[in-house]
Amino acid sequence: MSSENSTLVKLNNAGFKQNDKWLVEGVSLTVVKGKIVTLIGPNGSGKSTTAKIALGIYKNIEGSVEKYTNKVGYVPQKISIDWTLPLRVYDFMLLTENIKDEAIDEALTLTGVIHLKNKNLGNLSGGEFQRVLIARAISKKPELLVLDEPVQGVDYTGEIALYELIKRISDTLNCGILLISHDLHTVMTATDHVVCLNGHVCCSGSPMDVAKNNEYKTLFGEQASQILSVYEHKHDHVHSDEGEIKKN
Amino acid sequence: MFDDFFIRALFAGIGIALVTGPLGCFVVWRRLSYFGDTLAHSALLGVTMAYTLDLNIAISVFLISSVIALILIQLQKKTNLPGDALLGLLAHSSLAVGLVVIGFLTFIRFDIMGLLFGDILAVTIDDLLIIWTGGALILLVLKLIWKPLFASTVNYELAEAEGLNPDRAKAIFTILMAAVIAISIKMVGLLLITGMLIIPAAMARNISDSPQKMVIFSIIGGLLSVVLGLYSSLEFNTSSGPSIIAASLVLFILSLFKIKQSIKLKN
Repeated sequence: MSSENSTLVKLNNAGFKQNDKWLVEGVSLTVVKGKIVTLIGPNGSGKSTTAKIALGIYKNIEGSVEKYTNKVGYVPQKISIDWTLPLRVYDFMLLTENIKDEAIDEALTLTGVIHLKNKNLGNLSGGEFQRVLIARAISKKPELLVLDEPVQGVDYTGEIALYELIKRISDTLNCGILLISHDLHTVMTATDHVVCLNGHVCCSGSPMDVAKNNEYKTLFGEQASQILSVYEHKHDHVHSDEGEIKKN
Repeated sequence: MFDDFFIRALFAGIGIALVTGPLGCFVVWRRLSYFGDTLAHSALLGVTMAYTLDLNIAISVFLISSVIALILIQLQKKTNLPGDALLGLLAHSSLAVGLVVIGFLTFIRFDIMGLLFGDILAVTIDDLLIIWTGGALILLVLKLIWKPLFASTVNYELAEAEGLNPDRAKAIFTILMAAVIAISIKMVGLLLITGMLIIPAAMARNISDSPQKMVIFSIIGGLLSVVLGLYSSLEFNTSSGPSIIAASLVLFILSLFKIKQSIKLKN
């Protein structure tokens, strides 16, 4: 999966230390075009830190990070915006790049908040703001999308629709996505590669591989493992040595 | 036409207001009022240096203010003191050192009041040239760094993550602050320059719902303050700086009525 020119960002044994305490260490992962990599792990396991390392926000890191694109869309987990700024949704959409009006309208329509275009950013609800954040990140048609808990505060039906949208964007734009989520249920259907963090990489691989992993089971419990297993497609046939299909 | 001191003052003020309008918005947004004050206070040191070394005042003030800004950044990295304490330390010590040095320079007659509060009589054709060319340069650079500076003002990490290099924009903006203080010190005086940056921008915030509108209203507010202030300064024989700032205060108070109206409309 990692032919060199489709690689967007690559972490080699990367780590970050703050006040002599490792937030995360020894992370190696690669995000390539058209694939979704999901980071899971308990609170404080270094998911957001890993995302920030990949984005180049932290400067003094251990290991190395190779970034092959500058077309990046980022949805941070926490964002504090100072309301001394008069800022409408429309102004916010233009924050880091000058985007055509049609592209703005399209992105806001996709995330279901086009009616808020001229509203002041400070008057939005948490879920509405989250949808605007996603719209802003996708409207610039990035090659790399980093989504840190992108659907927090969004209502349940909206959550499913937004995850479907994220999957669709990864397919249509052929962009690589680094996704952080607590919601194992919804995420796993779309993910190509899972990295399970707990201060370091516990295990990684396809959702199925991770679900079978014993470290993962101790970290999340047997039940979480079963959630993942749901997404394994059941084979109703096996292949013979000659490649013929044999029904079970 | 520039033979008349009042016309010179008017054009100097207009040039300054065109620059302080947009820069002042960033001072309000980024909470840099006290940073502006510190740079302005250190300007006195710049003025004394100009007199002792026979330099141009604007250039000398610009150099000293830039150095003070650099020292501040170093102190922030090296000490555990909070930002406002460091700002106070630099502001008052540079003001004090400036005044002490003036005491030693007995061979030069200083118009301290003019330095502190501005003097319209002091504006020369050379000053006009410095204000307009310097001002045009400041606005040009601000236009170039607008995107990264504004994006990092809204959210630093977004700007950094999406490749806008906010640290460079911040450093350049610091230099622009030193430059705007350097060109406006004669007109407004070093105690009141920050007022020229903040009050029109604060007035504009009350009546704007987008960043672009706030910048435009801030410029208009600054221009009106200069014209009203200078005419009343002529009329009542008051210092130019305080008159301009007082005029901007009147505009700010008027803008408060606009807020009340819009709140009533919402209910």
